[in-house]
Amino acid sequence: MSYLISHPGDVLTLLLQHLRMTGIALGVAIALSVPLALLVTRLRWLAVPVLGGLGVLYTIPSLALIIFLVPLFGLNATSVIVAMVLYTQVILVRNLTVGLAGINPAVLEAARGMGMTVAQRWWRVQVPLVLPVFLAGVRIAAVVAIAIATIGAKFNAGGLGKLLFDGIQTNRYDKIVAGSMAVAALALTINGLLLALEYYAQPQRRWQKET
Amino acid sequence: MSTLQFEDVSLRFAGGERPAVNRVTCQVNSGEIVVILGPSGCGKTTLLKMVNRLYEPTEGAIFLDGVNIRQRAATQLRQQIGYVIQQSGLFPHMTVADNVAVVPRLLGWPKPQIQARIDELLALVRLPPGEFRDRYPAQLSGGQQQRVGIARALAGNPGIMLMDEPFGAIDAITRTALQDEILRLQGQLKKTILFVSHDVEEALRLADRILVMRLGEVVQFDTPFNLLTQPADDFVYTLLGADDMVRQLGLLRVASAMMALPPNYSNGHNPTLSHCDSLRDALSLILRTGAPALTVLKEGDPVGLLTLDHIRQSAVVREGSPQ
Repeated sequence: MSYLISHPGDVLTLLLQHLRMTGIALGVAIALSVPLALLVTRLRWLAVPVLGGLGVLYTIPSLALIIFLVPLFGLNATSVIVAMVLYTQVILVRNLTVGLAGINPAVLEAARGMGMTVAQRWWRVQVPLVLPVFLAGVRIAAVVAIAIATIGAKFNAGGLGKLLFDGIQTNRYDKIVAGSMAVAALALTINGLLLALEYYAQPQRRWQKET
Repeated sequence: MSTLQFEDVSLRFAGGERPAVNRVTCQVNSGEIVVILGPSGCGKTTLLKMVNRLYEPTEGAIFLDGVNIRQRAATQLRQQIGYVIQQSGLFPHMTVADNVAVVPRLLGWPKPQIQARIDELLALVRLPPGEFRDRYPAQLSGGQQQRVGIARALAGNPGIMLMDEPFGAIDAITRTALQDEILRLQGQLKKTILFVSHDVEEALRLADRILVMRLGEVVQFDTPFNLLTQPADDFVYTLLGADDMVRQLGLLRVASAMMALPPNYSNGHNPTLSHCDSLRDALSLILRTGAPALTVLKEGDPVGLLTLDHIRQSAVVREGSPQ
C-alpha cells in the first residue's frame, strides 16, 4: 500500500500499459468472436470442432502458451496480446453462440412474420436480446485478460505484473503487495463497470429487480 | 378487408413422405372468419404460413385481393398481414407500446400518428394505455400478452389477420374471454381472419366457415351448422362430435324454432330470452326455471314463444336430415 502512495507515477505508467494490453486484446477478441459465433450459429456442425478447439486452447497454461508465441511475435507485448485473444475467444464465442440459440424461436418467427428484413431482425431483435449474455462474456473475458496481462511482465510487456515480478526478484515485499493490490483493484473495477453495463442493457430485467 | 384464394396449393417438404399440404383450392371471402381445424400434423399451420410466405408452396398459387403473393416482396407483404402466434411472440426487450409500434415503424409512419395508434389499439383490446404502455411483456399475464399480440398484429391496419393457435397455451376461462374479444373486435373492424385451431369448441364459436383438414388435404369447407348436420365423412362427424345434440342446439338460434305470439298473448311470468340466443341457452333456461314456455324478445319486445316441444322438434329434424 505504501509503495502505491509513494510511487504514483510509476504505478500509473504500469497501469496504463496494463490497460492498453487488455483493451487491445479485448477489442481484437470481440471483433473476431462475432463473425466466428455467427458462423457457428449458421453452420451448426462447426459448433463442436470450433468450441472444442477453443476449449482445448483454454486448458494450456498461459505461461506455456505465451512461450509458444514468442518465436512468432517476439519477446514483447504482442505475444501476450495474442495469447489473451486466444484465451478469451472460447468465452466470447460460447456466450454469443449460446445467447443467440437461447432467443425464443417464437420471437424470431414473429419478427419475420411482421415483415422485418434480415438486418432489421438482427439489429432490432437479436442484438438487444443477446447483448446482456454477450456482455457477461466480455466481463469474464476482461478479468481473464487482466490476469494474463499480469504474466506479460515476464515477457517484457510491462504492466502491473512488473511490480509483482520485480518484487519477487528483489525480495521487495512492499512491491509484491502493491502489484497484487493494483491488479485486484483493476479487475474488480472493470468487472463492476461491465456489470453495470450489462444491467443497463436489459431494461426488462431491470424492472424485475426493482419490484 | 381482403379476399384470399388458394389455387391448387401444395407443399412438399424435402424428405417428406407425403405433401404437408396437398392440392388445396378454396376461397376466403372478405370480412369472414375462417377457422382451419384438424388434428396435429394435418398441415393447417403450414397452409397458414404460406399466406405470409414463411413457407413457399411447391405447387399452386395464393392470391391476396386477386394479386399473386409471389409478385410482392415478402417483407412488404408481411407488413400488410396481421400475424398472431401461439406464444404471443412479443419482443421481451420492448415495452408494450414499442411492441405495438413495430409494424407502423417499419411502414415509416410519422411519430405522432404511431403514438396515437398505440393508445387507440390498447384501448381497443381493453388494456388502459396509461397503465400498460410502459410495461414489459414479462409483467403481463398470458391473456394480457395475447391481447398485446392482437393489438400489435392490428397496428398496421391490415386487411387480413393470420392467427396461429393464438389461444392454445391459455387457460380455458381466459381463452373464452379472448374468443369473445375476437368476435367483438370483428364486429367493429371486419377483418378477413384465417385462424388455425385444433379446438372444436373454439372453431364452432368463432368461425363463419370451418376448413377441416386431414393429412394435408381439405376434407370439408363449410359453415359450422352444415358441418354438424351434413358432415362429409366419418372423420368430420367424429372430429366435430356431430352426434352431440346439445352442441347442435348451441348453433341454432331461438328465432328458427319459436312460434309466433298467439293473439291472446299476455306475458304473465314466462322467463324471457333474446331471439338471437341459441336453443342450447333456451333448453338450459327451461331446465333451470321449470317454466313450460319462454317468451322470446327482440329489442325488448316479445316476438314469440318457445316450449320444450319446439326444441325437441328442432333436434328431431336434424337427426332425420340426410348425412
